Amino acid sequence: MTDAPPEGPTGSAAPASTGTPEAARLHARAQAGTTAEHMPTLPATGYPATPSGYDPADLVWAERVAGGGYTHRVVAAGTTIRLSDIEGDACAHLLLYREGEPWERINVADTIKVQWQAYLGPGHLLLSDQGRVLASIISDSSGHHDAICGTSSRRRNQERFGAGSPESGSPAGRELFILAGAKHGLGRRDLPPSLSFFKGVRVDPESGTLGWVGSVGAPAAVELRAEMPLVVLIANTAHPLDPRPGWACSTLEVLARTGQPTPPGSWPRTVTPEAERAFLNNDEDRVARAVGGAS
Amino acid sequence: MTTIADKVVAARAPWSGVVLAGSTIEIVDLEGNQAVDCLFYLAADTAERYSAPETMTWQESIFLREGSVLRSDTGRPLLTVVADGVGRHDTIGGACSKESNTLRYGHHTRNQHACVENFLAEGARWGLGKRDLVSNINWYMNVPVEASGTLGIVDGISAPGLAVKLLAHEDVLTLISNCPQVNNPCNGFNPTPVRIVLATP
Repeated sequence: MTDAPPEGPTGSAAPASTGTPEAARLHARAQAGTTAEHMPTLPATGYPATPSGYDPADLVWAERVAGGGYTHRVVAAGTTIRLSDIEGDACAHLLLYREGEPWERINVADTIKVQWQAYLGPGHLLLSDQGRVLASIISDSSGHHDAICGTSSRRRNQERFGAGSPESGSPAGRELFILAGAKHGLGRRDLPPSLSFFKGVRVDPESGTLGWVGSVGAPAAVELRAEMPLVVLIANTAHPLDPRPGWACSTLEVLARTGQPTPPGSWPRTVTPEAERAFLNNDEDRVARAVGGAS
Repeated sequence: MTTIADKVVAARAPWSGVVLAGSTIEIVDLEGNQAVDCLFYLAADTAERYSAPETMTWQESIFLREGSVLRSDTGRPLLTVVADGVGRHDTIGGACSKESNTLRYGHHTRNQHACVENFLAEGARWGLGKRDLVSNINWYMNVPVEASGTLGIVDGISAPGLAVKLLAHEDVLTLISNCPQVNNPCNGFNPTPVRIVLATP
């Protein structure tokens, strides 16, 4: 069909009737331009609160995700994804997949075991199950993250808060990942253990007991550099170990800008011998796929 | 209890089977310090499977021991550890793979056998593939986490003849890889056989 140009009022004044298709169209179109606290900005270059060091012209993704919400994108290799806890109570649960080949995906166990470090921070590589780097953590002003507890389940939120469904007031992270993944053709089998940012958990070295550290407060930001093309799934919901009796989670800001994967010789390629070999695996894979063998 | 299966799993080999609700599976470390990588799936719906994060979060501890409830990714209890001679088993370290071995030890280990190979081969017999592999249990493996966050697979604390016994609450498909890793102390640098005993009340 061909859309006629807007005929009726736009902006705040709504048409009186929705009794006919024409009136309903006027009513619907009159809503354009409305802004909400939680929404994507399109184009991203128009985001009104670009942080220092970021050129708005470089932005390819700008979104404010509500507590209890989720988002997802495909990003190019080299993209920097900046997750920001702007109000102090966000919790960004993250899953990463190789774009187009999602059976290669984040492996949380390898991510901590291979790098001999359970706590995420600058220079930590988010590793796939194929011994390659999906993304590198290139900055971190929080330090309170978790690679052990995964995200919340419907059963756990049902037990703790009385509900865990996506439409409830206390949505479980796994339920949000099921929805986000479905939009990339992914099913339940494609959901491995996830990471989370902005709520810290620490292990007692003697007993193995998990201790709650929680938020460092606002503002806090983490930057991830995509080291290959990625499918990114993010669920912003309360951490499963959060001890507060009521479900709570605040706005997550997600910004992304274009860039290049970490070049040879640069940090964090050189942060450990394990990191150097992981990037060698990325390099081998990229060169082998490139037409004419170009790197 | 009536024994319904009693098998020795050769060093470096996989095993799989369904443990019926109400029955038990016992894993015996015959020669000591042998890591046994293990995954569980709900037999009625294998898209629901063991979840290391759910298990650790609900019990608020990283170590599996007597009393630990092994949960699926929906939070459902799949099995409970009802007897344990060791007192500490791992579920943060995951399985060894040819690919991760290249990072951990170097590319000379690329051609060595690994637990992911066992899981893939044994899982394929039940229609499971790579998407079905998630963070697993490592019975008898010792992985401490220091205050700094430094963690690592260190010398084992198991001994010959020690066992762990699990009671199933659902019919669970069980995949086991008798770990072939020779580059760290998880198997005492010498993979050995283990014994699996299935029993009904």
